[in-house]
Amino acid sequence: MAKQHDIVCIVCPTGCRLKITETPNNGWLIEGNTCRRGEEYGIKEVTNPTRVLTATVRIEGAHLRCLPVKTKEAIPKEKVLDVMALIRQVTVQAPVEAGDIIIADVLGTGIDVVATRRMSS
Amino acid sequence: MEYDIVIIGGGPAGLAAAIEAKKNGVDSILVLERDRELGGILQQCIHNGFGLHVFKEELTGPEYAQRFIDELNGMQIKYLPGTTVLHIAGDKVVHAVNGTQGYLMIQAKAIVLAMGCRERTAGAIAIPGTRPAGILTAGTAQRYVNMEGYRVGERVVILGSGDIGLIMARRMTLEGAKVMAVAEVLPFSGGLTRNIVQCLEDFDIPLFLSHTVIEVRGKNRVEAVVIAQVDAERKPIPGTEMTYECDTLLLSVGLIPENEVSKTAGVRIDERTGGPIVDESMESSVEGIFACGNVVHVHDLVDFVTQESRRAGMAAARYVLNNGHRAGETLEVLAKNGISYTVPQRININNEEGQLDVFFRVRKIYIQAKILVHSDGHMVREVLKKHLAPGEMAHLTLDRAELKNLGGRTLTIEVEEVHHG
Repeated sequence: MAKQHDIVCIVCPTGCRLKITETPNNGWLIEGNTCRRGEEYGIKEVTNPTRVLTATVRIEGAHLRCLPVKTKEAIPKEKVLDVMALIRQVTVQAPVEAGDIIIADVLGTGIDVVATRRMSS
Repeated sequence: MEYDIVIIGGGPAGLAAAIEAKKNGVDSILVLERDRELGGILQQCIHNGFGLHVFKEELTGPEYAQRFIDELNGMQIKYLPGTTVLHIAGDKVVHAVNGTQGYLMIQAKAIVLAMGCRERTAGAIAIPGTRPAGILTAGTAQRYVNMEGYRVGERVVILGSGDIGLIMARRMTLEGAKVMAVAEVLPFSGGLTRNIVQCLEDFDIPLFLSHTVIEVRGKNRVEAVVIAQVDAERKPIPGTEMTYECDTLLLSVGLIPENEVSKTAGVRIDERTGGPIVDESMESSVEGIFACGNVVHVHDLVDFVTQESRRAGMAAARYVLNNGHRAGETLEVLAKNGISYTVPQRININNEEGQLDVFFRVRKIYIQAKILVHSDGHMVREVLKKHLAPGEMAHLTLDRAELKNLGGRTLTIEVEEVHHG
């Protein structure tokens, strides 16, 4: 029985219902999409799903206690909770600029966790 | 204190209006913001998805805000943080207070209302049961978690599947809480499909459509919440009750434009939106008072707030430079079959620019639909639209010259379902 996934595409508001079936030559058959981007999303989502993670780290010396951060690019979905565990251990000092690297190359993904706003001291 | 344009609110709406007003030739501008800093609600929206239209990039809320804050500072537009507007008196005198200057009375030539919206509260929906600590609106929890650094709860149930509820389901989970369920009273979710996938499915959080919270239990702190399925009249169906032991109930049950200050100025409010009745340049029923952003109608995307606010800022600037006058005739926009409201509610057919956008929401989900636009019996436009939903604001573009030529007094917009034969 060929492996089959039913997912909703999230690339645009239409939300096509995709049916993704593994083909004998290790390929994928996508049905239900109405555009190319949906096909690409479907394949990615079943072979290597990724997510951009947004969170906050503790900051000292600023007007708020939290500094918002994000992974600069999408990371493998299965690493999200482990990256969160690391993020929860971090405390930074103000001042910080948007884009400053908070955790470099997080969990060997090659992707940095960066600040998403300026916070002065 | 005198300024040509006073802008009430320094969130995305106020910022875009201020910048656009300055670009259109007015220097004397003052932005009043009640929080410690500019940016409005965007500062607590640390997730991404902002700016896809305006910047063609996917930004987080704070990043989107910073673009406008930097531009405002670069243009040296004046603002007062920590300043709350109390009311607008007489002929555009704005009364406000802050901790450093005390009581302020600011004479304005034009005012832009950009106060945003509030969340519907627990009291407003009257959930039966006790009233222990641990019941918060989702946005309040979002501010506590993302800005103030508080842990809001450990075991969470969420009522309402709008985007704020979905985003907080993910946020609480990422911060180590257990989100046990999301209940939605309607048979469909009001949130973006993207959020259903990335906030609920990613974390195996169950979504119960056509369900609501029928009881809260707990003395000092929430101890449990009872959820039940509801029928078409939203009455709980006996035998479907599910009890969740939890310590926190988050409510995402609606946003209401905040117009207390608008009312003090005599601005007429549309009952359907909860915001001022405006024309296509975002001028309210009071000459020289403009409004933009969530204070007019609740938006799904901040990109549309920015576009709308630029229109308001430009119109406020023109009003000041022309020494104020209201251009002649208006066409009343009627939201009929299937349309819950339109913004603008009035169109000024004598304004110069060629095209104008009418924004609207539908009352239910349509897979395929036809939007019909007619003026006093004459057909203006028929537009086919795929996938319309109440949670996704839609718009159509009309030509002002075409409307003027028809010579009508009203413009009717309605929606018709399209079925495949």
